[in-house]
Amino acid sequence: MEPQSKLLKINKNEYLAQQKSKLENALEMGLTKDEYNLICEKIDKIPNITELGIFSAMFSEHCSYKSSKKWLKTLPTEASHVIQGPGENAGVIDIGENLAAVFKIESHNHPSFIEPYQGSATGVGGILRDVFTMGARPIALMNALRFGSPDQPLTKHLVSGVVKGIGGYGNCIGIPTVGGETNFDKSYNGNILVNAMAVGLAKKDRIFYSAATGAGNPVIYVGAKTGRDGIHGATMASAEFTENSTEKRPTVQVGDPFTGKLLLEACLELMNTDAVLSIQDMGAAGLTSSSVEMASKGSLGMNLNLDLVPTREDKMTSYEIMLSESQERMLMILKPGSEEKAKSIFDKWDLDFANIGEVTNTGRLILTKHGFEACNLPLEPLVEDAPEYDKPFEIKAIKKVLKPSDLKTNLTIIDILKIIFKNPNIASKKWIWEQYDSSVMGDTIFANGDSDASLVKIHGTEKKESFGKGLAITTDCTPRYVKSDPIIGGMQAVCEAARNIASSGAKPLAITNNLNFGNPDKKNVMGEIVGSIKGISEAASYLSTPIVSGNVSLYNETNGKSILPTPVIGMVGAIEEVENSLKISAEPDNVLIALGQSENFKAGWVGCSIYQEIINNKYNGAPPPINLENEKKVIEIILKLNEQKLLTAAHDISDGGLLTTVCEMLFKYNLGLDINLPSNLINCDSYDPLLQSWCFGEDQARIIIATKHIKKVKHILKENNIDFFVLGETNSSSNLNLKDITTISIHEIKNLNEKTIPSMMGDQQQG
Amino acid sequence: MIVAIRKITGKTPIKIWHKEYDIPNLDLIVIPGGFTFGDYLRCGALAARSPVITSIKNHIGRGGTVLGVCNGFQILIEAKILPGSLIRNKKLLFTCRETTLEVQSCIENPFLSGLKIGECLKIPVAHNEGNYFAPEDLLKQLKEEGRIALKYIKQKDNEENYNPNGSTEDIAGILSKNGKVLGMMPHPERAMNYLHGGTDGLKFLTNCVEQIIG
Repeated sequence: MEPQSKLLKINKNEYLAQQKSKLENALEMGLTKDEYNLICEKIDKIPNITELGIFSAMFSEHCSYKSSKKWLKTLPTEASHVIQGPGENAGVIDIGENLAAVFKIESHNHPSFIEPYQGSATGVGGILRDVFTMGARPIALMNALRFGSPDQPLTKHLVSGVVKGIGGYGNCIGIPTVGGETNFDKSYNGNILVNAMAVGLAKKDRIFYSAATGAGNPVIYVGAKTGRDGIHGATMASAEFTENSTEKRPTVQVGDPFTGKLLLEACLELMNTDAVLSIQDMGAAGLTSSSVEMASKGSLGMNLNLDLVPTREDKMTSYEIMLSESQERMLMILKPGSEEKAKSIFDKWDLDFANIGEVTNTGRLILTKHGFEACNLPLEPLVEDAPEYDKPFEIKAIKKVLKPSDLKTNLTIIDILKIIFKNPNIASKKWIWEQYDSSVMGDTIFANGDSDASLVKIHGTEKKESFGKGLAITTDCTPRYVKSDPIIGGMQAVCEAARNIASSGAKPLAITNNLNFGNPDKKNVMGEIVGSIKGISEAASYLSTPIVSGNVSLYNETNGKSILPTPVIGMVGAIEEVENSLKISAEPDNVLIALGQSENFKAGWVGCSIYQEIINNKYNGAPPPINLENEKKVIEIILKLNEQKLLTAAHDISDGGLLTTVCEMLFKYNLGLDINLPSNLINCDSYDPLLQSWCFGEDQARIIIATKHIKKVKHILKENNIDFFVLGETNSSSNLNLKDITTISIHEIKNLNEKTIPSMMGDQQQG
Repeated sequence: MIVAIRKITGKTPIKIWHKEYDIPNLDLIVIPGGFTFGDYLRCGALAARSPVITSIKNHIGRGGTVLGVCNGFQILIEAKILPGSLIRNKKLLFTCRETTLEVQSCIENPFLSGLKIGECLKIPVAHNEGNYFAPEDLLKQLKEEGRIALKYIKQKDNEENYNPNGSTEDIAGILSKNGKVLGMMPHPERAMNYLHGGTDGLKFLTNCVEQIIG
């Protein structure tokens, strides 16, 4: 090889990128001293800057899951309907009729705080690529968002930017954003959460994987050109925030949904031929992680000529090319001889198509630039030797059970209900949802709170007498429960998700999870991670909803303050006939029945409830306990009742308790209800803590159903030993009466519900 | 839109690639919604300069019929096939929701002639730039020539946001001078069955097809 001095004349920065690294370079890239020494030892040389950059990306928390791996391995991932569990671009489950649902959730928290529009837009773009890389056409988008306190001025800016960004990408690429959750808490003031989920549909026997095959096969780069945006994004996503984090704006990627759309169509068109052997999207750590993962999964090697990579800017170095996180790019291994045919498809869609190297059997990643070897690394240490830490942890849980009488108040039931619907965590998110195109593709049945889960029809499964199958999707987590008791909180997130799927009429099938936590080097944070994974595992295995994909986001803290632990559960379920799905809105002359609610009422669970926050301004009691047997029973019975077409609507009882849920069911048609009370509450007044705990307690495993077939339903419930409480029959009065105790105007509460978020966002007229 | 047309006609419509110059003689050309070229410039501005627009203009010149929906309407405006402009929604926010449209009294055209004047249709919108703007003289001309086809309409007297984008005089769709080209912001193909929340889109498109093809 020619002397490196010649390289100095060609490109000075490339010359620098090929110089030997020092420990300080490693520290700057987020590696520890021990990790640097381990790298030098394993590769038997001192890495150059490019090689070190590749290691730092692969060893980042984002790519290696080094702090959480030990515990992630304990998650239940198998079931007869699982086609592909964690480890690929997305999870895949069998949904019958030779079809598979492909889905995953992923965080884009740090970039979205720094640059809300691009951060959230590329979060959506990235998760869509994960899904169509597997050969699936994306059919629905969901999200789980957490923002800081509504009265913090920055919150409005972040909500506005993130919502625009999510809509900006999803609306433009033409995939419906059908729902999600948005919550506010001061713990997210300096570190918002933006978790995006995508669900796609594929033929069961046409799933594409990432493992490279066949030495000598061509390695093809397709999609957008590589620029200098997002360099070292994976490393940024794995560090704590400080006040200077906005200086990292250049490490935020820029989204181009139109190119994303072209890439989606071109890839799916190519996948219809037999040309693609394996494929991987360039997400976090770009060309580095895609090439390393493809080659290592196939136990092979890869040679790439970086001069052939399409670039947007001049004189990009090997370091920049390997670590750029430019969006809308893919790496593929093609069947030899099919390059011409493949190229013609990408030409048609006006996308770059470059043959940049070949698969080898050397077990090494060898990169050349300007004729010089820019990188020569064994693949094994990059993947196998990524550290796995067993960090010390302590699972702290509040055990103190609060009694209703512990919460004394001078607020009436109406006062409390008004406060609940003025809380942006409960109030209608219509202002946000209207900015998402939820009906594009024409298959959306329920979006954005019409039902407990969002529901999309599966195009092409129509039968003579039916609209066909549907997929139900939800995202759920109640962080205050997780904070108070990580194990219960983890279980609750799974159970609520399953209840939501069942309340839409669909059968819960599988989970993708997004584990958002603070700094794992802190014992209590590590305890939150371990505890919630334990809880998720227990509930997911009991309910037979395995985890098939997921993402971990750690170091969500700012200046040492951690976010509330937020292990978001994204769940997918299926329904055979979409016309049999359930909305939340009751109709006139429906009887409302609370399932899982005993006639023999003792006390409602007030600890850690929204109600407790209103009365005490804090949460200091144990969260509601989870009884998995009851959860399963309520899910199974609702599916059974619905199969017999006995239900009009269903809505699970969660934040804000029974009365909040009843109100939400009455809103749409402005209905009224003379609500029955348990006999021991009839003589209470509106201030009575026991009555208030019945109204607002957050006991789990409860769903309210609306039916026109009260006799049959009662019979089935009794036959199956289900606790239930008949709440009464809806009427057209628009008044919710609690005996002689109080009368609630549904109009008034509905109005509050719809005005809360618009007025928070400074948009009074909306609604 | 393809699914909707297929449902009504029982035939799969021909798709035309944006780079094509030659198109066969067609009963109806539909320019559907979407984000052509990402709409990073003004919506429809780049698409209006696609090769296929020349052929569409020729089709119109031969007296052919064209329906532009959402981005299709924006393209027809940018291509100067229909007059006026579509600017950002008044609230500067993308809006996706159901709207109620009222069929206006207008010149003879194949899109509405089977429907009653004053008839209401519930059809959703989903757009960021649907605020139809026409200067006063153009507005006067459109009225005189009977070219205002669809308007957003209140269902209740006190309804504030019945017009989703702040368009001039609540205009949702306009016709060409000869009545053979209709541009509209709402998406009829998204109101095709009761699971969509209504079938007024089906009614509208079925009427179009019947009037045009017979």
